[in-house]
Order: sequence, then structure tokens, then C-alpha cells
Amino acid sequence: MNAPLVEMRNISVSFGGIKAVDDVSIDLYPGEVVGLLGHNGAGKSTLIKILSGAYRRDSGQIFINGSEAQISNPRDAKAYGIETIYQALALADNVDAAANLFLGRELMTPWGTLDDVAMEAEARKVMARLNPNFKRFKEPAASLSGGQRQSVAIARAILFNAKILIMDEPTAALGPHETQMVADLIQELKRQGLGIFLIDHDIHSVMQLCDRASVMKNGQLVGTVNVKDVTEDDLLGMIILGKNPEKAA
Amino acid sequence: MKDSKTTKASEVRGEGMLTRFLRATELDVRVLGMVGALLVIWCGFDIASGLKIPNSGLFGGSFLTPRNIWTLLVQTSSIAVMTTGMVLVIVMRQIDLSVGSMLSMVAVAGAVVQVFELGPWLGVGHPIIWIAAVATCLLLGAAVGAFNGFLTAYLQIPSFIVTLGGLIAYSGVAFLLASGVTIAPMDRTYSIIGGGVPQAWLGPTWSWLLALATCVLIVLGILNSRRQRQKFKFPLRPVWAEVFLAATGSAIVLGLTKVVNSYPWPFMLIKDYAIAHHVTIPAGVSDRNGNAICMAGGQVVRCVDGLIYYTGYAVPVLITVVVGAAMTFVASRTKFGRYVYAIGGNPEAAELAGINTRMVTVKVFALMGFLTGLSSIIASARLDAATNSLGQSNELYVIAAAVIGGTSLAGGVGTVYGAMLGALTMQSIQSGMQLLNLPAAFQNIVVGTVLVLAVFVDQFYRRRVK
Ligand SMILES: Nc1ncnc2c1ncn2[C@@H]1O[C@H](COP(=O)(O)OP(=O)(O)OP(=O)(O)O)[C@@H](O)[C@H]1O
Ligand SMILES: [Mg+2]
Repeated sequence: MNAPLVEMRNISVSFGGIKAVDDVSIDLYPGEVVGLLGHNGAGKSTLIKILSGAYRRDSGQIFINGSEAQISNPRDAKAYGIETIYQALALADNVDAAANLFLGRELMTPWGTLDDVAMEAEARKVMARLNPNFKRFKEPAASLSGGQRQSVAIARAILFNAKILIMDEPTAALGPHETQMVADLIQELKRQGLGIFLIDHDIHSVMQLCDRASVMKNGQLVGTVNVKDVTEDDLLGMIILGKNPEKAA
Repeated sequence: MKDSKTTKASEVRGEGMLTRFLRATELDVRVLGMVGALLVIWCGFDIASGLKIPNSGLFGGSFLTPRNIWTLLVQTSSIAVMTTGMVLVIVMRQIDLSVGSMLSMVAVAGAVVQVFELGPWLGVGHPIIWIAAVATCLLLGAAVGAFNGFLTAYLQIPSFIVTLGGLIAYSGVAFLLASGVTIAPMDRTYSIIGGGVPQAWLGPTWSWLLALATCVLIVLGILNSRRQRQKFKFPLRPVWAEVFLAATGSAIVLGLTKVVNSYPWPFMLIKDYAIAHHVTIPAGVSDRNGNAICMAGGQVVRCVDGLIYYTGYAVPVLITVVVGAAMTFVASRTKFGRYVYAIGGNPEAAELAGINTRMVTVKVFALMGFLTGLSSIIASARLDAATNSLGQSNELYVIAAAVIGGTSLAGGVGTVYGAMLGALTMQSIQSGMQLLNLPAAFQNIVVGTVLVLAVFVDQFYRRRVK
């Protein structure tokens, strides 16, 4: 097999006395969706925040396409083509949806000024794929509903030709129709060859969308399995009891 | 019964129209409210001063006279320039308490350069002197501001503490630099920037030309944004709203120009100018006090026929307008401005979006310092002197102006023009009370009260709207 798109090796992070992530290794291949499962506080978000540059690791290494990557802030991660949808939807509440979509990578006019009109036009295009009911492009993000904010956060991540997409509970606030659209989107991005880390508490949708699943418990990795080889009950056992099924991958 | 019903119906319709008007013009109610408050203050002072001593003002007082409006604009310049920077600082959830002391320090440094260093060396009046002094003030201001920003962003010391330290320390530096004395006079060219000398007055012709150019810009700007939105088939403002905005904007510019163009030079200056330039004096013109000026035996004296010059816009006012336009542009049309607002709205989100929030913080403080440097030039040029107390308490007025102008200390919210309106409001209150001969202590009480009241009304409005 080729070198993995992402390989996180022996990652550890602690906050004060708590070992939030303890010697965890996971990897991700192009065109693959890897589910990250675990109870609340298992360390899933912390682990992916290491990859996205939001947190610094205490120890461990990250390899992107086989070579070691130095990721010490979100800008570094973006330079490697890593885009993240955070669980605590990171939007600037006082600026509008279009501005949030392009935050950090604004479209500019030939005169070097912000091209708000072009950004709004692009925003309408992207949102049409995700949430066709979304119309509130000119209002500050604070006035959006939870699901609308989530749509904006997802649109933000897919707008910039990411190679590696991290989705931390992307559908937690979405209605059934919008959730289905995100599922379709994940399939499409997968076909385009992106690697996706998907954190989701809904085992059923993990079984549907993911190729492999890594399960964490109390900061440690329980194991990584091929989704095809296991049942939902096997996964539940890993999450709750922290024990690997008989025929783990 | 029937009566009350009709009233209610018409009220509802009236409200609907107002809402429609606001939506169509995309005007901010709070800005309209502030303009309204300003007009009330102006008219109130004119009426009140007229009751004491009748004068030629719009309502028979001395507030709404060309002379007072002109002076008001010049007096507002220094604070207004600084407040455009303070808006960005506060929007980004920071504060700069050091601008007053920094203004003193920078002004004194600029004065030392021109009076003690370059003056004796190059000879008084050498053109390099004023250029060097201006450069010193701007660069020193930017550098000190960047230093404040560095301590805040990279050493993680809260800006309140950093600039509180600056407030105390920079005034000490100013005292040492000035050795506690007043440094004067400034270079002749330098003092033009203060607006106190005839060379600093544009005169009616240029003022009108500038006003017309501004009107053209307003119309072009509106047309351009309309064309942009048309290109992408976005909803457009109704044509009447566009016309209304263009007409109102132009009317304000032209009206203000008319006012400053009817403020005559002080008599003494007209006399000096006439003597120096051997001006022949036309008949039948009087100065603002009704005194006419004419020549008698080679001498200029007051007489029935006269000579009169009008000031037009003064240099510091032009500087302020240009700074206001530039800062509005920076805040709303550049990446830097967008980042400042995003950081103010949610610092973590901005950082996660890949914005270098620390660098932006340093830049905002550097910009604040640069503008403080510019204000120090205006203030010292206007006074024609620099002292270590030149900018005393200015930080309070600058912050108050920004807050009165709708800038939220919680961050993320504020506009440059709002803050400038805030500065104008505060200066209006102070000048008005001076016109009424109210003691300074009383003025302080009123300004402080207005500050608190303005924020209360703003909060109240925001809560009601949500
Ligand atoms: N910034 C922080 N400071 C201190 N402790 C933290 C911080 N972030 C996370 N933790 C702790 O680290 C542990 C792992 O948290 P994490 O957010 O990674 O869990 P999670 O698996 O994403 O849970 P959930 O399913 O609830 O989102 C928890 O015990 C949490 O309290
Ligand atoms: Mg989490």
C-alpha cells in the first residue's frame, strides 16, 4: 500500500494532570473515511485538534504523505491541506455567513480590496449544495440557528480544496434532510480522493459512511477495525467496554 | 373608540414606512439616532446661547454660526483622528489607555527635533525641518504603538495593563524630553497643519471644488456598488433609495462647505494680509462684526467700505476627513479590517481560521500609535507649542468618543464614522457649554453623564431590537 495521507504516531497530550490523549496512533489513506468513536471526554476532539493545529502535542509525531510535518498552529495545518469542522462551531459571530466562509482566505478585487460581492456569490453556490433553504447571507452569524451555523462551518471546510478533512460531529445540529446531504457530500468528497476523519456518536451512520473506525476510551486507543468486518454491537463493545472484537483488523 | 383605532392604524403604517425606508437605504438606526441627537444638541445650544446674548446663529444664538461650526470642526480634529484607531482597538477587545501620554511624548519629541535639533543646524524655516518633524512624530507614534501591541500580543500582558503603564510612563518621558518647559514656536510650515494661520485655510474656491469632487465620488461609489451587485444578479436597493442617499450625502457636503465658506478671516489677519500684499480694497464689504476695512494713507483701517476673505476648510479638518475615509476603507474593505472584526467577534474562531491574530494585534496598536502621532502634530501645530501635558486626559475623550459612537467594549462591534460622530458630539457639548460660560467642572459632569447615558441608550436599543 502507498504511504498514508496522514499518520499520527504515539500522540500524547495532557491538560494539567489529565491525560486527554495517551499514546494514540491512527492513520488515514486517500479516499478513505475513518470514523473516530468513543464516549464523551474520550479524547477524540483533542486528538484531531492536534492535527488541525489548534492544540500542541506533548509528544508524538505527525506524518503527511510519508514525511514528518511540523504543525504548531492552524495556519501550518491549512498549508498541508487540512481543513477542520470543529465541534464548537468556530464562527465569528459578528460577521456574516459569506465573510465567515472565506475568513482567512478572502477573495480580493484586482485593486486589493475585499470582493464581498464575489464572496457572496461563491457562498450562495456552496450553500446550495449543502442547505438549499439557507438564505441569510448578509446577517451576522450570531443570528443563525445551530443547524445553519453548522452548514456554514461545513461549507467553510469544503470550499478550499482540502486534501484532509476533519469533521467533529458535523451533523449534530442538522435536520434529517441536511444530514443526508452531508452524508452525500462525504461520499462525493471520498470519490474525489480526500481523506476524512469523521467523529460521530451515531454508530449507524458510522457503519454506513466509514471504511475503518478507531475507538478511543479514556484517552487511549482501544483499536482500529475495518467497518465491514464488525457489527454495530462489536463497535458498541469497543466503546463501552474498551475490548476489541475477536477478528479485529 | 373609532378615533383611537384610526390613530393606531396610521401609526402601524407609519412604522412600516420607516422600516421600509431603513431597509431600502440600509441606514443604521443607531447612526440616525446619533445624528438626531447631535442636531438636537446643536439647536439647543444655539437657542440657549441666544437667550443669553442674541447673535447671528440659525436660532438667534452663537452656536450655529459659521465661526463656531468652523472652530468646532478644527477643535474636534485631534480627538477624531485618534478615535478612528481606537475603534479598531476596542473592536478587537483591547484598549489603549496610553494615547494621551503618547501624544504628549511624541509631540514633545517632534518639537525638540524642530526647535532644538534641526532649527539651529539648518536655519529656521528650512523645508527639511517640518518634514523631519512630521516624520519623527508619525514614526515614533507607530513604533511606540507597535511596542504596546507586542507586549500585549506576544508577551500576553493584558492591554489594559500595558497601556496603563504606558499612560504613566510616557508622560514621564514627555516631561524629561521637554525638561518640564513649553517648547515653542513651531516651524512656520509645520504650524499650517494646526489650522491656525491663513495658509492653512483653503478659501472658498478650493473648498467648493473639493466639495464637488466629493459629491462626484459619492455618486460614483453608489453607482459602482450597484453595478457590482447587478453583475451577480443580487437584490438591488430601490432607485429612490440610491437617489436619496446620493442626494443626502451631497447635500451634507455642500451645506457644510457653504458654512465654512462664510466664515471670514479675523480682522487683524485681513489687515496684515492686505498690508503685506498691497491689496487694493473693494468697496462695500464688511467683516463678520460689521466692521469694514479700507485703506487710508497707505494704512489699513476699519471703515465703511471693506475687504473680506473667507476661510473655507482648514487643513486639520481636511486631514481628519481623509483619515476618516481611509480608516473606513481599512475597516470595511481590507483583509486586515475584516480580521480585526473577526477577532473581536470570536478570537478562537479567528485563530482557528488561520488568522495570525498576534500579528494583527501588533498592527492595530501600531496603527493607533501612528494616528496618535498624527494627532500630536495637529495638536502641537495648533497650539504652536508642545508641552508635556498637551495630550493629558485625551485617552479618556478618545475612548468616550468611540463608545458614544456605538463601539462595544465587548468587542466585534463599532464603526469609524460612528466614533467620529461621537467625537463631534462630545466636542459640541464642551464648546456649547463654554459658549454658555459654564464652569469647567460642570462641563466634566455633563460629558461624563452623556457617556454613560449614550451607552445605556445603545444597550437598551440593542436589547429591544433583539
Ligand atoms: N482545553 C482543555 N483544557 C483542559 N481540559 C481539556 C481541554 N480540552 C479537553 N479537555 C479534557 O480532555 C478530555 C478529552 O476531551 P475531548 O474534548 O477530546 O473529548 P471528546 O472525546 O471529544 O468528547 P465529546 O464526545 O464529548 O466531544 C476531557 O476529559 C476534557 O475534559
Ligand atoms: Mg469532542
